[in-house]
Amino acid sequence: MTISIRNLRKIYRLGSETVRALDGVDLQIRRNEFVAIMGPSGSGKSTMMNILGCLDRPTSGEYTLNGQPTHKMGPARLARVRNEEIGFIFQSFELLPKQTALKNVTLPMIYSRRHWLGAKARARTALQRVGLADRMSHRPNQLSGGQRQRVAVARALVNEPSILLADEPTGNLDTKTTDEIIALFRDLHAEGQTIVIVTHEEEVAGHAERIVRLRDGKIVSDFPTSEDPTHREYLRAAAAAAERLAQSEGVATSEPSSEGAPA
Amino acid sequence: MMLLSPFMLILRVISQTFVLAIVQVLANKFRTFLTTLGIIIAVASIVIVVAALSGMKQFVLDEFETVGVKRIFVDGTLPPSWRTRLDWRDVQLKDHEVEAIRTHVTSLEHFVPMYFTSFSVQFEEQLLESVTAIGIEPAWHDVENRDILQGRRFGAIDLRERRNVCVINEAAVEELNLPREPVGSFLLLSGRRFLVVGLVETPDQSAMFGGGDTRTEVYIPFTTARALDPDRWINYAQGELKDASMADEAIAEITAVLRQLRGIEPGEENTFDVDVVQQFIDQFNNIARVITLIAGGIVAISLIVGGIGIMNIMLVSVSERTREIGLRKAMGAHPLIILTQFLVEAVVLCLAGATVGLSFGQLVVMGVKAVPDFPLETLAVPPWAVLLSAGFSTGIGVIFGIFPAIKAARLDPIQALHHE
Ligand SMILES: Nc1ncnc2c1ncn2[C@@H]1O[C@H](COP(=O)(O)OP(=O)(O)OP(=O)(O)O)[C@@H](O)[C@H]1O
Ligand SMILES: [Mg+2]
Repeated sequence: MTISIRNLRKIYRLGSETVRALDGVDLQIRRNEFVAIMGPSGSGKSTMMNILGCLDRPTSGEYTLNGQPTHKMGPARLARVRNEEIGFIFQSFELLPKQTALKNVTLPMIYSRRHWLGAKARARTALQRVGLADRMSHRPNQLSGGQRQRVAVARALVNEPSILLADEPTGNLDTKTTDEIIALFRDLHAEGQTIVIVTHEEEVAGHAERIVRLRDGKIVSDFPTSEDPTHREYLRAAAAAAERLAQSEGVATSEPSSEGAPA
Repeated sequence: MMLLSPFMLILRVISQTFVLAIVQVLANKFRTFLTTLGIIIAVASIVIVVAALSGMKQFVLDEFETVGVKRIFVDGTLPPSWRTRLDWRDVQLKDHEVEAIRTHVTSLEHFVPMYFTSFSVQFEEQLLESVTAIGIEPAWHDVENRDILQGRRFGAIDLRERRNVCVINEAAVEELNLPREPVGSFLLLSGRRFLVVGLVETPDQSAMFGGGDTRTEVYIPFTTARALDPDRWINYAQGELKDASMADEAIAEITAVLRQLRGIEPGEENTFDVDVVQQFIDQFNNIARVITLIAGGIVAISLIVGGIGIMNIMLVSVSERTREIGLRKAMGAHPLIILTQFLVEAVVLCLAGATVGLSFGQLVVMGVKAVPDFPLETLAVPPWAVLLSAGFSTGIGVIFGIFPAIKAARLDPIQALHHE
């Protein structure tokens, strides 16, 4: 079992008000799974991802990663777990603006006990892997949004993490680049990478094997993608919309697209 | 796979951050300059003060060296408390007092009286009005370390018989138009014939002790001077210490002898002065110490001001780069590594300031030395001052950088990443 969460809570106290961002979550994620986490805004998705990524600590409950009880660890141990076990991808990329793509990808290896030999070569390989072989010495502001996110993916992969976590990785991208990034995730998953991704888009979630839905800090559903009622409903609506479009334009569309999908 | 030890990891971060920090410092030259102004001033002051003091010290030592650090001078003085009872003539040294010092003071090698008289000096057509002819004893050559170039010193018989003989210097040969080999010539001292028996060397004396352009000097036997001009007195007597370390001993002994001979009661002031060259050096060293302390205070204050400037800019840097810190932490940077990174940056800033300060101080020192005829030729920035200021700046960087660095190391990764 890669990830095992038991009765996890995260409670924020703002003055007299308490916000239960996570309110008793139990979740198991196995090696090589590709899981999408969905839910309305404010349901606790990011909170959950930050705890999974050891960036944040739960108020109570247990989180075991590859057999290590992270809820018992201090900041220093957590830093090492982040460096060695986790690849995190942010919605807003979080690249160092003054550094080249190559330098950005090298960053996690600066703090690595393992990958200190040949860091540059590893960074190059990672950038080639995400299709940026010809953009290595570009700075973030010289790259498109999709390219920036691919740099971030390369950076997340470079230390060979056991899980790849992505919080709305396509939230700032257009449809075309979203498809590119998702294709990349599918490839990585096919190679055996464990992936957890937060998304608002059913289209994106459809590429995962499993969809976990949150509401008010609680898990409200957890199904394989093909059995998830909400997703099946979405697919039906999308197919219907595509048919209507095909009838009006006389062109057949086989795949659902996000433009035609209901909000 | 070889795992890197935490120590090596930090060492690697230090070297990488060092390079990055230097690049940053060079990229923001003006900002660095303003930030490190306090350090620059402090280090420049250290360099200039140290250079000036050590240059001056060397100068003073060299000056005294030409006089001889073992020289000791005794003369009479009339302090106000004695003025009702004594006349200034009464306090001048007497022959028997000189004799007593010579026999009882064991720390002295030589001790000779100096009797200043005034004559007109003439050789053939050449006349010099009122030349000071000094009555001396033969040991004077040893005390002043001035050898005979031609002829001889005065002998015991010259003194005993108060002979009219004299020793002159090269300036006298020049000014009186004497033959190149003046020994054997006769001079007229206020009409009396004096045989020149010797030519004495003139040392290169420094301006500080009345050297420079040398004038005619005429020396006659002490007894002759006294006999020819009995209204004069022993202006002073001078001697040489057996060892430079015996200054205090010699002063004590001479004081005891003279107080007893002069019947000075306990509590009454001395009617004479004993001066030792070593004393002047000690005095100078004391002054130098005070100057060093004052300068040290100024330097300390500007270092603290400089340190506060560094702390300020590092705090600004930490809050400007909160997101970056958050990201580095998210990528797995150990808190100690973040701490190290900011400490190294603070130290590099301070060292940059120190470098500018050192260069500035060095420029000032070189500029001053370039002034023609500047007396302190030995002015230089000693290597230990360079090391000292580098060490101080590193210390200041660590002391004033630690607080911002701890602040950075303690940041919560998520809060830092969400920082605007
Ligand atoms: N630092 C915080 N202090 C107080 N409350 C917080 C904090 N972070 C999150 N919250 C609250 O916790 C709840 C869950 O937030 P979270 O960011 O996990 O939602 P989300 O599901 O990611 O939403 P979105 O889809 O908009 O990103 C929200 O009600 C939010 O206001
Ligand atoms: Mg979120």
